Amino acid sequence: MLEIKNLHADVNGREILKGLNLQVNAGEIHAIMGPNGAGKSTLASVLAGNPAFEVTEGEITFLGKDFMELAPEERAAEGFFLSFQYPVEIPGVSMVNFLRTAMNEQRKYRGQEPIPASDFLRLMKEKKELVEMQSNLTNRSVNEGFSGGEKKRSEIFQMAMLEPRLAVLDETDSGLDIDALRIVANGVNKLASPERAIIVITHYQRLLDYIVPDFVHVLFDGRIVKSGNKDLALRLESEGYDWIKKELE
Amino acid sequence: MDNSKEAQYIDLYRNVREVQSSVFEAYRKASFERFKRLGFPDDKSEQYKYTNLTEALSVDYGLDNHNQKELIYEAFTCAIPGIRSHLYFVVNDTFYASDEAKNQVFPQGVVIGSLKEASRLYSDLVAKYFGKLSEKEEDGLIAFNGMFAHDGFFMYVPENVTIDRPIQLVNISEGNTNQLLNSHNLIILERGAKVQLLVCDHTEGNARFFVNRLTEVHVAEEATYEHYKIENTSSDTTHISSLLIDQKESSKTLTTILTLNNGLTRNNISLMLNGEYAEGLLYGMAVGDLDQKVDNHTSILHNKPNCHSTELFKYILGGESQGGFTGRIYVAEDAQKTEAYQNSKNILLSTTARMRTKPQLEIYADDVRCSHGATIGQLDETAMFYLRSRGISEDEARLLLMYAFAADVIENIRIEALKDRIKLMLEHRLRSGVSQAASCILCR
Amino acid sequence: MSEDILEQVTQSEYKYGFTTDVETEIVPPGLSEDIVRLISQKKNEPEWLLEFRLKAYRHWAKMKMPNWAYLKIPEIDYQSISYYAAPKKKNLNSLDEVDPELLKTFDKLGIPLEEQKILSGVAVDAVMDSVSVKTTFKKELAERGIIFCSFSEAVQEYPDLVKQYMASVVPYDDNFFAALNSAVFSDGSFVYIPKGVRCPMELSTYFRINAINTGQFERTLIVADDDSYVSYLEGCTAPMRDENQLHAAIVEIVAMNNAEVKYSTVQNWYPGDKKGRGGIYNFVTKRGICKGKNSRISWTQVETGSAITWKYPSCILKGDNSSAEFYSVAVTNNHQQADTGTKMIHLGKNTSSHILSKGISAGLSQNSYRGLVYVGKEAENARNFSQCDSMLLSDRCGAHTFPYMEVNNDSAVVEHEATTSKISEDQIFYCNQRGIPTEEAVGLIVNGYAKEVLNKLPMEFAVEAQKLLQITLEGSVG
Repeated sequence: MLEIKNLHADVNGREILKGLNLQVNAGEIHAIMGPNGAGKSTLASVLAGNPAFEVTEGEITFLGKDFMELAPEERAAEGFFLSFQYPVEIPGVSMVNFLRTAMNEQRKYRGQEPIPASDFLRLMKEKKELVEMQSNLTNRSVNEGFSGGEKKRSEIFQMAMLEPRLAVLDETDSGLDIDALRIVANGVNKLASPERAIIVITHYQRLLDYIVPDFVHVLFDGRIVKSGNKDLALRLESEGYDWIKKELE
Repeated sequence: MDNSKEAQYIDLYRNVREVQSSVFEAYRKASFERFKRLGFPDDKSEQYKYTNLTEALSVDYGLDNHNQKELIYEAFTCAIPGIRSHLYFVVNDTFYASDEAKNQVFPQGVVIGSLKEASRLYSDLVAKYFGKLSEKEEDGLIAFNGMFAHDGFFMYVPENVTIDRPIQLVNISEGNTNQLLNSHNLIILERGAKVQLLVCDHTEGNARFFVNRLTEVHVAEEATYEHYKIENTSSDTTHISSLLIDQKESSKTLTTILTLNNGLTRNNISLMLNGEYAEGLLYGMAVGDLDQKVDNHTSILHNKPNCHSTELFKYILGGESQGGFTGRIYVAEDAQKTEAYQNSKNILLSTTARMRTKPQLEIYADDVRCSHGATIGQLDETAMFYLRSRGISEDEARLLLMYAFAADVIENIRIEALKDRIKLMLEHRLRSGVSQAASCILCR
Repeated sequence: MSEDILEQVTQSEYKYGFTTDVETEIVPPGLSEDIVRLISQKKNEPEWLLEFRLKAYRHWAKMKMPNWAYLKIPEIDYQSISYYAAPKKKNLNSLDEVDPELLKTFDKLGIPLEEQKILSGVAVDAVMDSVSVKTTFKKELAERGIIFCSFSEAVQEYPDLVKQYMASVVPYDDNFFAALNSAVFSDGSFVYIPKGVRCPMELSTYFRINAINTGQFERTLIVADDDSYVSYLEGCTAPMRDENQLHAAIVEIVAMNNAEVKYSTVQNWYPGDKKGRGGIYNFVTKRGICKGKNSRISWTQVETGSAITWKYPSCILKGDNSSAEFYSVAVTNNHQQADTGTKMIHLGKNTSSHILSKGISAGLSQNSYRGLVYVGKEAENARNFSQCDSMLLSDRCGAHTFPYMEVNNDSAVVEHEATTSKISEDQIFYCNQRGIPTEEAVGLIVNGYAKEVLNKLPMEFAVEAQKLLQITLEGSVG
């Protein structure tokens, strides 16, 4: 589904990703872990096509398409979703209007008719339950005045509504208390399916207690230096990253 | 110009024939032409909307005779505990240095002294900067200053020189006859230079004074300039002060304008951010009662990208005092990434006090962060009640809250001893209250 | 529901630029006492009104155009403008007598003049060039004692009311354009709501400039007597022409004890083309007086049209406990210039006012907010809160803010806040990531930014100006 080959990327002229390789197939859950500054969030931004990041070398292929050729909204319409680490507030724009616009734009891209209002409302109701999202949040402006937990829950709710093929969750666990973490993780698990892949970017193993990954990768200094199964995450939790640094030396 | 108010001074100008250095002469002539065109600002002028000079200009003034019989300035030690500043004076229109300052050895190349003298000794240097900012100002009073000013304070700080003690300039208006006073100060900081200037304004004597001072400041790349102005004059004083600051790339300035006692005051402050990454901070406070009038007219020009300005003015007005504040912020086309923040907060303490504010934002670039706020109101009643419920008397509570209100202006002063001194002066000023707007007894 | 207004009017080409081919009577260009007399005579006016016009004309002739606004106004030759133009057929009793071309015009504009076709109750007074074409629902309103008719008709039918209130809020010598209007005003709307009556439907005037080389000088007077209520809507369009046309109107509102008047405008005069050619000069004096105790006036305006706008809908808060509101969205694009805002004059005790202004500048346009909050000596406990935000959408436009505050009473609390911003790249990227292309994202964010004001528009505007509105899912989700 997603294939990343020898990816190099700069931000403000500083190289952050230095030859990253990764392959993700449908139905898989991958976890990417690593110390601060390793390039985890950069990877998420580059995949989404954030113009602040410049790809200097390498390839990204998504469902057979060259991702580098596509604008951010085209990537979204192709089925790519990023759950932001810091979701942006958009004052005055209600979540309902925002999501309806997003959904219809994506449908337009795929040559589909706009979703009828009644279907959209039914869908909203259904998906809200999935992430135990309170009704009033969808009537409020996008992310405005949301608590940290509400923002993250709203991200997963949007993911549920837009039904992407590949979702990247960038530090979705940061700033969440244990109950919110459980709710968010449950939401993600319910969305997992054989057609869908999920990449979880996280600092801590605790999210992986709830979202069990098929693969765990260690991102270090702009490269994936070690891959394994969920036991790797447990070892990182108890021993830290020093042993990896030693292995590399 | 057929107006008699102007005509009288135009005649006077023609009669004053003191020979000056050539730098002064050319500027005087140009100023004369400008004044003939502009005249004094009248009550219809948008620029002087909040300052009515009609009464002040109807008084018959004489010009300074530049001849001090006694050294009045010696009475004004203006000593601030904890600061050993270098002390200079402009008495009426004429410059004097204290004995201490005369004997002071500054780092190589530093010049501090009389502008008149500097215009002879360093004519090229003075010619390069003198009048360069003021000649662009369309203000009749600045032109007027140019017609009559013949001296003032001059300071030159060469590249990368830091003057480690504050320089203090005490302006004294003195005499028993009504006088119209004009002085011109010129301050030049070369690249990377650093200096702090403290300016005190006082009056002595029983006459009416019309003080019209002009200060031009050139702050070169990466230089840092701090300007603290404290006015403590008399109710018979009309005080016009124009401060023009030109800032080059990565320079930093901090300007603090405090009006504690006065008659009618108009401060024109213009910060011109003419280099990228320049930073200008401008703070002001005014305490007014009786029929004092304070008008701060500020203009911050963001002419280049990536500059920052913060502006905060606070007024506490009682009696029949009147406050005015104009805050113009101009962001030029292409001055992207500008940050400009402005706030005007005012408290009215009496039914007869009056406040008028006029923020004025003109923005021609899109990638900017600009905000401004203005409030006119009273002391917070809930806070008053809270303090009183803790056993603090109403008067004392009021004082505490006024003091707290003014504090965030004072907190920005970077000379610790001066900060303490101003706090003391403010407290004294607030305690002395409505009836006795005492002069600056702390400094005497 | 009103979220799409802005998108519609800013992103689409001007749709109302057509002209109507009706027989029109136009007086020759130029302004003189004779022209003033001619207008008055054509309208068969009483002597006192002619005297009023002449007084205004003589005063105007001595005045100069104001130049303090942040506007570059090309020289206007007041002698080259025609001051009166009217479709030839008038004094109609039924819709059948209206020129079918005129009916077509208002149909095209989405203004229903056929009462049976109207879905929700909105009474319309349609003004084409200098005269009122047709007022709907007159009978229904008359049953409740409400007067809603053209200004000319009011002069004939209710001269005492007109005489009592006309120029009581905006005197003939108030300013240059008010003096001009007072001399040559042609028609407009008159509204009187009697004591204790809540007007059951929205009243609406639709202004249309059609004739070439004419100015439009209409005059609106709304009087709400004790304990009454009315909501009034104003819409306006003009054909696309290469030359500029002058529109100098006066609106006066009087609110007596406990009365409430809501005045909403969607100002959509032709703004000129992309190169800045043509467009309406919109120099309007709008002012209301909260004359009685507990009275209330609100101005809501969505300003998208006109080449140049000079307009400050204001309120005099004279009655104790009166309150006033001003909500404004002003959008400028291409070469448009707007200098608009409000004046809140607090005179009575316990008065309050609220100002919310959202400016949006794009292209090469200049957009200024200018406001005054004045608290008089006797105005105990006055309260004002003002918020003025500007958004810039291009790096070649300007956004300016001039909020004056003058407080002469120590019990007042007057607060002003303002911000200037552009749409952040983070917001756009966030929308992009959800699949929303940048252009749509900008529309969405701009609409969100202006929403607080748009929400103040009455629902019924949707019926009157159908082309400007689309009902969205907004608010329909529980």
